[in-house]
Amino acid sequence: MSRFRTTRGGRIDRSRPVRFRFDGRDYEGFAGDTLAAALLASGVHLLGRSFKYHRPRGILAAGAEEPNALVTVVRDAARRTPNLRATQIEVYEGLVAESQNRWPSLALDVGAVNGLFAAFLPAGFYNKTFMWPRSAWHALYEPRIRAAAGLGVAPGLPDPDRYAQRYAHCDVLVVGAGPAGLAAAAGAASAGARVILCDEQHEFGGSLLAERGATIDAMAAADWIVAQHAALASNPRVTLLPRTTAFGYFPHNNVGLCERITDHLARPPAALPRERLWQVRAREVIFATGAIERPLVFPGNDRPGVMLASAARSYLNRYGVQVGSRAVVLAGSDAAYAAALDLAAGGVAIALIADVREPGRAQGPAATAARDAGLAVETSMTALGTSGRRRVSGVHLGRVGNDGSIRPAASLRCDVLLMSGGYTPSVHLHSQSRGKLEFDAAFGAFVPGTAAERTRCAGGVRATHTLGAALEDGAAAGVAAALAATGHAAAAHRYAARLPEARLEGTPGALPQPAGAVPPAKAFVDFQNDVTTRDLALARREGFESIEHIKRYTTTGMATDQGKTSGLNALGFVAAESERRIPEVGLTTYRMPYTPVTFGSFAGVARGELFDPLRKTPSHDWVVAQGGVFEDVGQWKRTRYFPLGGESLRAAVDRECLAVRQHVGMFDASTLGKIEVVGRDAATFLNRLYVNNWSTLAPGRARYGILLRDDGFVYDDGVVARLAEDRFHVTTTTGGAARVFGMMEDYIQTEWTDLSVWITSTTEQWAVIALQGPRARDVLAGLVSGVDLSPAALPHMAVAHGRICGVPMMLFRVSFSGELGFEINVPADYGAETWAAIHAAGQAHRITPYGTEAMHVLRAEKGYIIVGQDTDGTMTPDDAGVAWAIGKAKSDFVGKRGLARAALRRPDRKQLVGLATVDPGVVLEEGAQVVATPGQAVPLQMIGHVTSSYHSPVLGRSIALAAIVGGRARTGQTLYVPMPGADIPVQVTPPVFYDRDGARLNA
Amino acid sequence: MPETLQRRPPPVEGRGWLEPLPAATRFSFRGGSGAIEALSRAYGVPLPTAACRAASAGPRAALRLGPDEYLLIAPAAEGASLAPMLATALGSLPHSLVEVSHRQVAFAVQGPYAEWLLQSGCPLDLDLGPFPIGMCTRSLFHKAEITLWRTGPTTFRVEAWRSFAGYVVELLADSALELPA
Amino acid sequence: MLIIDCPYCGPRPELEFAHGGQAHVVRPADPAAASDDDWLQYLYLRDNTRGVFAERWRHARGCGRFFNALRDTTTDQFLATYRAGEQPPAVPRDRP
Repeated sequence: MSRFRTTRGGRIDRSRPVRFRFDGRDYEGFAGDTLAAALLASGVHLLGRSFKYHRPRGILAAGAEEPNALVTVVRDAARRTPNLRATQIEVYEGLVAESQNRWPSLALDVGAVNGLFAAFLPAGFYNKTFMWPRSAWHALYEPRIRAAAGLGVAPGLPDPDRYAQRYAHCDVLVVGAGPAGLAAAAGAASAGARVILCDEQHEFGGSLLAERGATIDAMAAADWIVAQHAALASNPRVTLLPRTTAFGYFPHNNVGLCERITDHLARPPAALPRERLWQVRAREVIFATGAIERPLVFPGNDRPGVMLASAARSYLNRYGVQVGSRAVVLAGSDAAYAAALDLAAGGVAIALIADVREPGRAQGPAATAARDAGLAVETSMTALGTSGRRRVSGVHLGRVGNDGSIRPAASLRCDVLLMSGGYTPSVHLHSQSRGKLEFDAAFGAFVPGTAAERTRCAGGVRATHTLGAALEDGAAAGVAAALAATGHAAAAHRYAARLPEARLEGTPGALPQPAGAVPPAKAFVDFQNDVTTRDLALARREGFESIEHIKRYTTTGMATDQGKTSGLNALGFVAAESERRIPEVGLTTYRMPYTPVTFGSFAGVARGELFDPLRKTPSHDWVVAQGGVFEDVGQWKRTRYFPLGGESLRAAVDRECLAVRQHVGMFDASTLGKIEVVGRDAATFLNRLYVNNWSTLAPGRARYGILLRDDGFVYDDGVVARLAEDRFHVTTTTGGAARVFGMMEDYIQTEWTDLSVWITSTTEQWAVIALQGPRARDVLAGLVSGVDLSPAALPHMAVAHGRICGVPMMLFRVSFSGELGFEINVPADYGAETWAAIHAAGQAHRITPYGTEAMHVLRAEKGYIIVGQDTDGTMTPDDAGVAWAIGKAKSDFVGKRGLARAALRRPDRKQLVGLATVDPGVVLEEGAQVVATPGQAVPLQMIGHVTSSYHSPVLGRSIALAAIVGGRARTGQTLYVPMPGADIPVQVTPPVFYDRDGARLNA
Repeated sequence: MPETLQRRPPPVEGRGWLEPLPAATRFSFRGGSGAIEALSRAYGVPLPTAACRAASAGPRAALRLGPDEYLLIAPAAEGASLAPMLATALGSLPHSLVEVSHRQVAFAVQGPYAEWLLQSGCPLDLDLGPFPIGMCTRSLFHKAEITLWRTGPTTFRVEAWRSFAGYVVELLADSALELPA
Repeated sequence: MLIIDCPYCGPRPELEFAHGGQAHVVRPADPAAASDDDWLQYLYLRDNTRGVFAERWRHARGCGRFFNALRDTTTDQFLATYRAGEQPPAVPRDRP
């Protein structure tokens, strides 16, 4: 039995002992314990070192607000979760946890020397100390600071766990399952609403879990929770989510929940994801998020053993743990008295209740009860400091006189110092939803004001004073939300609750200290980021007035706990220092997440092969079997090249290119975007959209089309075939398919509503196999029927319908290689077999499958552009050398007026030209800049850049396309491509390198 | 010349909660009210006029995906006969009829967890109230577009473009790891 | 994630939609006759409204329709959605 465990009571399961390990030592706790509770039961108070000064730190709180007790939970090398709050970790058999930010050990921390140099680490020390030299920041300062001041270490291995996500919808989402949340869920459910109730803890009940003696509807609180839970669980329209944190509010009642599914299990089943991210869309949201107790701010308030009064009460009543044997209680609110009473009843000696308030304000029912119980109470007290090294051993108290003067009063021995500075409503989610906040001066905190969305707050978050009021508030919110969401009314249950009233108001800020005296120790406002009253005062002296600026300068409230315990105290301190009221100082913005959320949870299933849709073409499996190498083109997997017997990329591409030039090659072009444009006005529509004149295109013929934006710049291109008077088959670039489709829909729906035309995406209806090379016709001849393949019947840019291997085929005589070429379109379910059949039939003609790399070389040899590679969104058709496609007689098309702008007609625009390196063996880098003269000093006068560059096997030399200022007029000139070590001389050429008269194309 | 090739849609493995549906003949039909009436008569299925609703008669179905857009789904065997029959019926009425049989793949997500599985990636509310039997719509499943049609209380027909089908199925299977055996 | 009321399909999640920029930008009927300034205005110059803004959306992953919406850019609340070609409905434009 652990020394500090009570003999009975609490919500732990004493029949189920659990062994765990912390910093290499074995401990025992019970099922139902948190790590913090189990360690406290063993008398362990030192859990970590502070962020900046490496000061020993213990456990401040009992819940999500814990700023100090951050630990790393280790399952294996890949499963190390840093920065978890020991107050939220459920112990399980075999749990291994480690403290953080200490070296070489927790008890002996070399970094604590930082405390000796504390004067050099004041507010803004990043900004001040390390300004110069700049280069030293990355090399020297930052790594040192990160090593010295840091949180836990992230694992270095890929996360082996699974993370799930889901969308959920409900009428009423209730965040928080304390008394108000349970009452709200019950109220909403009674009206028949679909309800989701979530709570970050593993069991519902909220503040009730730490109460003793409370009754609701004549039931003990614990029994009421069970009954309430059972009733909700049996309702099929209610979803209960324990261990689920509502971490963020997003517009229109979209709330992000993180459900922790397996972290509490000793042996997580493989079938279960570790966490599930819920995106809940609720018609109405109820924030029953409660309130968090504030620490008091005084010198030495960070010593282990200095603890929130409510936390001590929670450890005793919920976990059966005495946090010490002799306590001094600093009361800034009546909540401290309730804790003192419970601890006294539990056998803890209460040395003194030192109420920091004047006698008149220390008069609540709790104070009366404490006095009645014989506990010593003094008022008008303040704390001047604490003693102890790794655990508090005493507190120095002072007394505040009527004139504000402060005299030392007593030094009391204690092993735990409890404090209550009042309560801060957890308005995080309400504020994230842009709900207004109002400062309740009597309560001493911001409370929810007007909602901005369909949300409402209930219970402790609204600073309710009694259990009955919280229940009533919750029940009313529940039925009101259900009515607003569903239109169904229900009567709010009237709860009969009994629990002494607890007045939770307090005064944010720091306890008064003697004027002029240098405090003996730091008084911490933000424990996690080690921000003290001195830092805040310094920031003010240096001219920072806005709390947003003070926050960033001092980092107060910017730690992983987002200032849950510190925010209001910082405001209170700054307000007092500047003699303003707290609302005048302002309020920093609450941001998600409420508590940290794992990256895994956000990533969900979007990892590895499922990160993005991985689109495969019909030839995919065949290519895999052949050992082809793929590349990613958008979401598509396309074959890059087909290496034979360990061939290099260059060797394979050379072979594939030459095969197309000499024999025949086959290429999977299925990824090309395809859009069928149908309707009486199809030709009119395309005339208005594309630069070309489509009226002169006869059915059965195709044409290279160019699409501009209205600014005159090239947007997309592709072959367009007229299948019938009222039907066109438009192809787009692979990457442009979706955006061209959207652009067409835009013009049809919103601009030219007079036209009778519709578009349909047929990209995936067709498998497209390009057959290119002098023997392409020979391969086809043995496979197709119903088509006359002769040049006269099927000339370049003709389209025909027929059959291949017995299946329907649409055959295009087109070429993107400059050779005799066909593109065979078959319905995609036939694609794989058609591919195999063509390959088999092509064996007699030395057919060679080729990939995108060879396709690029072949098209560049012919000067065919690739939109998006040779153009960049600022090139006109003339810049790209394709102005010949423009239908000159057309009065308008998209982009025509744009092209008429003076800037787009200047002769010194960048024009696409060819570049031939003087040394034919040098292949230029794509993207390299081009200059007119060699040996220029920086900055170079750049006149263009290389857009495409390859080795051309058929020419036996390198080739390149480049966009050069006034490029066509420079034909024959020598320019230079400056690269490290040398300026590479190049000669400007026309962009067509091979078969300039097109004889091969028309074969 | 090789023998006539067989139609082979991308394979979808049956898993109980997920079953592949047979290859189908599909058309994307667009048109005004005259064409809609003519097509309804010829096709034998009155095209729904309410948004996001499907109608079926025997093995033929029509899904209203947009105010002037329908997806027609019929047995694969009707592929050759249906197009000319419908084209004749539509005549010169303004319309667009485009075959998209091979563009997409269909499978059923079914059983007591069908809704739960789909909600792992579909942002719509699939509760029977807001998404009743007979409702159909395009939407998203994670990053892929799907067409979703509720054909029964616990049965959905899912259509995805062929190159997205594997992605959708794999993601559903990942969710299904949690299902009770 | 916003909820957007598609005039054809009803309320749907923002994921299904594509934003289409400012609404009611009219392409000059005769572009050739438009001055450079007019054309510049049409191509590039857009309002950056603080408050109620008429904008285009497309239900890209749903019915595919373009439509217009009035959205308060300070609150992300939609005041109305309406079909392309229709005039924006009258809504109270005073912001709190």
